[in-house]
Amino acid sequence: MDTFFQQLANGLTIGSIYALVALGYTMVYGVLKLINFAHGALVAASAFIGLTIYATIMGESSSLLAVIAIFALVAAATACLGILLERFAYRPLRQAPRLSAVVSALGASLILQNGIMLVWGPQMRIFPQLVPQVYWNIGGVVISLLQVIILLLSVLLMAALYFFIEKTRMGAAIRASAIDQDAARLMGINVNRVITLIFVIGSSLGAIGGLFIGLYYRGITFEMGWQYGLYAFIAAIIGGIGNIPGAMLGGLLLGLFTAFISGYISSTWADAFTFLLLILILIVRPTGLLGERVAQKV
Amino acid sequence: MSGEALLRLEDLEVSYGNIAALKGVSLEVAKGEVVCILGANGAGKTTTMRTISRLLRPRAGRILFHGEDITQVPAHKVVHLGISHSPEGRRVFGILTVEENLWLGAFTEKRVDKERLRWVYELFPRLEERRKQLAGTLSGGEQQMLAIGRSLMSRPELLLLDEPSLGIAPILVRSIFERIREIAGEGVTVLLVEQNARAALKLADRGYVLDVGTIALEGSSADLLASEKVQEAYLGKKG
Repeated sequence: MDTFFQQLANGLTIGSIYALVALGYTMVYGVLKLINFAHGALVAASAFIGLTIYATIMGESSSLLAVIAIFALVAAATACLGILLERFAYRPLRQAPRLSAVVSALGASLILQNGIMLVWGPQMRIFPQLVPQVYWNIGGVVISLLQVIILLLSVLLMAALYFFIEKTRMGAAIRASAIDQDAARLMGINVNRVITLIFVIGSSLGAIGGLFIGLYYRGITFEMGWQYGLYAFIAAIIGGIGNIPGAMLGGLLLGLFTAFISGYISSTWADAFTFLLLILILIVRPTGLLGERVAQKV
Repeated sequence: MSGEALLRLEDLEVSYGNIAALKGVSLEVAKGEVVCILGANGAGKTTTMRTISRLLRPRAGRILFHGEDITQVPAHKVVHLGISHSPEGRRVFGILTVEENLWLGAFTEKRVDKERLRWVYELFPRLEERRKQLAGTLSGGEQQMLAIGRSLMSRPELLLLDEPSLGIAPILVRSIFERIREIAGEGVTVLLVEQNARAALKLADRGYVLDVGTIALEGSSADLLASEKVQEAYLGKKG
């Protein structure tokens, strides 16, 4: 039973990271019908940006205020990268065939990934320990303060996003743009601004995810965006790509799934079982768990 | 027609790739008028509407609203000027509720005007009954009501209605045309595109007939109803 609860805690932690990153994929897909392949590289970049901000600005101090400042600065910097990505890699291809945009996305991803390597080098870097190493042992299950922070902050961010999308005018404008861009324009919605906003939100959430990856796994490499990006992408598909609560659910489920596979079988099998799960879900529910169920009118 | 046109199209040319859809369309709508555009499929009726609301970019020609050139104004700003477009095929936001659709119609307003919403619900009581329902689950006629109601929420001066009778039960068509008359009665200028020429001409003050991208005929509704050409082509009477 210890293994169960231990893996439950681990799974929820990893799952909330996947969910944060998955939101970036799903929101962009929702409005542009484009897989933003550069999102994973953006997440990796955020961890390295965090490293630099920590080293140069924060020095040795790691007060709570400093940690919050790092999170805010990294989110802002990554959001700027996201805006640039949209402006230069995707917007010029808005009217082009879908495949051109996908190729551009892959290209942007390679440029970002190699850019990280040029700036920060090809070796693995060790991410600073910003959160005090506090552990609780609850009947044999070890939970760290970091895990609690990751889970709580992720839930808070996702709840805020959910409220924003469901309850505000701008959120309704985002949903409308995802359904029908021309009709959204007829409502007076500036769809270009909505798209920029989506990249800002998706990139900032991805940046928080990237920082969590650095804090939780410690070692960060320039190509890690590929691995985490792929997992988050799978999470988005499991939940139903384009669906925001779906990305949250998919991320948490995938995190739990990989944790239990690692705990009960072997972590070397985690990848294989993850793709098996993906295939099974796609066979049973091709649109994902929460994918659009309401048939569109003719 | 007086010189004071609310909307004026001057030699509008629009093409899709190499295919010309409008080959120099000029027309005028005066304030308070109901004007209809008739024509067969592919004549360029919807293209005309989509160009006025700037979903399409004209290759040549001008669009004047209140005498001001709005040809270069982006689509989302056209609504701010007072032109609202209820598009062909309704295009309601299917996975949003009826009420959310109406709120989006008022996106250009600082806040949703309760009186406006009241008025739309009075015009179409069915919408109020179903306000919490997803728009995609409404019948075609109800979706049309929603599309029209949504386009009224921005308090337009000029309402563009594209095929409000398309794919709707005949019994509802009559009721929707009565509502359009009521809307016009409130002082909203209406430019209407219709396949159902008889219903459109009964409602409109004047009409234009589009034929493969050019204006083939224009005149008062009475003249057009009496015209042999119109009778033959659009009212199903053999001369």
